[in-house]
Amino acid sequence: MLKLEGVTFEAKKGRKTQKILDDVTFSVKPGEIVVITGPNGSGKSTLAKIIAGVETVSNGKIIFDGEDITDKNCTERARMGVAYSLQVPVHFKGLTVRDLLQIAVTGGEAFLDENPPKVDSFLEKVGLEPEQYLEREINSSLSGGELKRIEIASVIARNAMLTIFDEPEAGIDIWSFNNLIKVFKDMHKNSSERAILIISHQERIMKLADRIIVLKDGKVALDGESEKVLAAMGDVK
Amino acid sequence: MMDLDKIERDLMREVSGVTGIPEGAYNFRVNGKSIGRHSSDKIDITPKQGKSGIDIHIKDNTRGEIAHIPVIISASGLKEAVYNDFYIGDNCEVTIIAGCGIYNCGADDSVHDGIHTFYVGKNSKVYYIEKHCGIGPGAGKILNPTTKLFLSDGSSAELLMEQIKGVDSARRTTEAELGKNAHVVIKERLFTHGKQLAESKIVVKLNGDDSTVDIVSRAVAQDYSVQNFSSHIIGSAKCRGHSECDAIIMDKARVNAEPALDAQNVDAELIHEAAIGKIANDQLTKLMTLGLSRRQAESQIINGFLK
Repeated sequence: MLKLEGVTFEAKKGRKTQKILDDVTFSVKPGEIVVITGPNGSGKSTLAKIIAGVETVSNGKIIFDGEDITDKNCTERARMGVAYSLQVPVHFKGLTVRDLLQIAVTGGEAFLDENPPKVDSFLEKVGLEPEQYLEREINSSLSGGELKRIEIASVIARNAMLTIFDEPEAGIDIWSFNNLIKVFKDMHKNSSERAILIISHQERIMKLADRIIVLKDGKVALDGESEKVLAAMGDVK
Repeated sequence: MMDLDKIERDLMREVSGVTGIPEGAYNFRVNGKSIGRHSSDKIDITPKQGKSGIDIHIKDNTRGEIAHIPVIISASGLKEAVYNDFYIGDNCEVTIIAGCGIYNCGADDSVHDGIHTFYVGKNSKVYYIEKHCGIGPGAGKILNPTTKLFLSDGSSAELLMEQIKGVDSARRTTEAELGKNAHVVIKERLFTHGKQLAESKIVVKLNGDDSTVDIVSRAVAQDYSVQNFSSHIIGSAKCRGHSECDAIIMDKARVNAEPALDAQNVDAELIHEAAIGKIANDQLTKLMTLGLSRRQAESQIINGFLK
């Protein structure tokens, strides 16, 4: 479903150019949960942005669903079925939780006011009471944990072929962490065609994975079945 | 409804929500003349003598009533100054829906200067809604509204003032003087585009103990438009004042915000906040990863911001 071939990403740091990703090659099959892990600064978040189309590759190819999407922007990739959950949720002045979820469901397609898409269930999935949250503005009046759960709900609402989560556990409490694990299990159970790519340090999330990819200094250091990689990870550190 | 063409009817709906003859008191002013006026048992509307405008007298203890006083100009080149005075009794709770729409397809500027003065009685509450918009390919659509409030002890007012689209030039003045335990909330929404100019000047005098003001201005400036915003809160009693001016700047626009505070009493607590910036990149990214194009994302953010 997703294939990265020799993906390289260079960023300018002052006068120097730094390779953040260096010849990254891997693939994700339908129905798989793949966790990408690795030390801080290994290029994990950049990799998520590259796949979502928020950043563009310096070199290499990205194939999604048989099509070369390397030159497609994030809107086009979203419409093709790539969903992306940001590590740090965004604040919006004026936009409500309901607005955001409705946009997520419709992808910006207009809907009639008499017949708006239903969005309650997505909040329930992340353990938030719709009545309490739907009309709230997405701003700093919400806690970091609430914002993160709303971010995750907005991605679940997309029901995409490929869903990328960038550190979904960051900033959420134990209760919602358990909930989060359930979210992944449900998404996995309900579809053999859809895939999930999770960037995470959490062992409990890694244990859910079919496969784990370890990034180090922008390169793939390990790629294999979750149990084997977990056992071998000591060596990479 | 009355004798209006489609453009006039659309403008009327846009600025006042009116689609037919409303309940309660109203005055419809179209092209410089009143084309419909109605007083209710408790709200009396009479034309002024010697100058344009109306006097609105609201009896003591009037509660839950709405008065509609929209203005439409569709005759190109019409210039008018209209004085509307509101005398609101004690213990009232009323809503005034004003608003002005200009359609101009001619070569001359159309101008409406609406000067509204409110004398609010003790313990009364007023909601005031004013929407402005302009359409048509012709010359200037110019609106210069002035709103003056005199709030007696224990009274309050909530003002929502919106300039939606198409107004080429606006100079808005809002002034309020507050007695003891009087409160005012001023919400302003302003959207400018093209080469438009909009100015908003707010002066609030907190004269009575325990009086409060909350000013919330949100503005979007696109293209080459220019906005000047100033708020001046003067606290001469034990009072609280807050002013918040938030603006999104785009393209080649210019936004100038000057919030000022003047405390003349040791127990005056005054705060102002002002922020001007472009649409945050992460906001655009988030909406684009949900499938919106850049343009769609921008308009969602602006619509939400001005809601």
